[in-house]
Amino acid sequence: MTEASATTSAAGDLPVDGLLAAVPIALSLLIAGWALVATLRHRAPDRAQFAGLAVLEAALLVLTVVTLVALGGGQRPDEPGSFFGYLATLVCLPPLAWVLARMEPTRWGSAIVCTICLVTPVVLVRLQQTWTVLGG
Amino acid sequence: MADPQPTERPGPAERPQPAGRPPADRTRTNSGPGRLLIAVYLLFAIAATSRAGLQIATRFEAAPMAYLLSALAAAVYIVAAVGLGRAGRTGRLIALACCTVELVGVVGVGAVSRARPELFPDETVWSGFGSGYGYIPLVLPVLGLLWLWRTRHDLDLAAASRSRPSRVAPDQSFGPPAT
Repeated sequence: MTEASATTSAAGDLPVDGLLAAVPIALSLLIAGWALVATLRHRAPDRAQFAGLAVLEAALLVLTVVTLVALGGGQRPDEPGSFFGYLATLVCLPPLAWVLARMEPTRWGSAIVCTICLVTPVVLVRLQQTWTVLGG
Repeated sequence: MADPQPTERPGPAERPQPAGRPPADRTRTNSGPGRLLIAVYLLFAIAATSRAGLQIATRFEAAPMAYLLSALAAAVYIVAAVGLGRAGRTGRLIALACCTVELVGVVGVGAVSRARPELFPDETVWSGFGSGYGYIPLVLPVLGLLWLWRTRHDLDLAAASRSRPSRVAPDQSFGPPAT
């Protein structure tokens, strides 16, 4: 977490930085931890996990909207192709976890939520890395 | 005789429902741990497809072989996810073929990219034994094969329900009891 905040504070101009990125990352890790506990306790995905996924998705959508607004304002990512690839993937991850967890109402559903919530921060950090050098 | 990995991991899950439950529920290829496997395969299918698509679309001439290999890896991940998801005889055969291709691919490409780096000027999913992806590309096919091995009674159970006892008998000598 400290590393992530250090990265974001260093690059002040990014639209995908600061709280906007830190909140989804923290939330995602929180859900992953909770889902891991559920997995170890042989529990199926509970309400908290699904609610967490919904909040996570909302946070990611906010991030997407802010990014699109910044794009409209003339800012451009360093690698547009990768950036939009990562952005599209990122927004799809929580729904994927939701659908798969609904299909698997056992401890393995919680394991799926845990796995996808561990992948989400990685994708988010990669997303930040593709927006390194800013023209404006 | 059964390898410790598959017996250890899903073992605790089965503990609460020992003999009473029909074993068909425990050994389905596409549920339980299998569904987690499918989820990871889906993630890699997305990652490899978008990476290969981007590389081929933007700078194909830079490293055509590496990018075509990325595309092949992406296709294998997609087909493996579909095979595992469908289960059944065909699905399991597809998954078996895909896991084998993956294992050969990740080990082969890993070795070649280590020995002759000039052949792979750009990264692929399988370069350096999948080090760019936390070595998961190396572990995933092994887990896939172990899971296919562990759920091998899936087909025998299906065969047994069609009353072909000769198919079941030899397999009862090892692994979890089939009946």
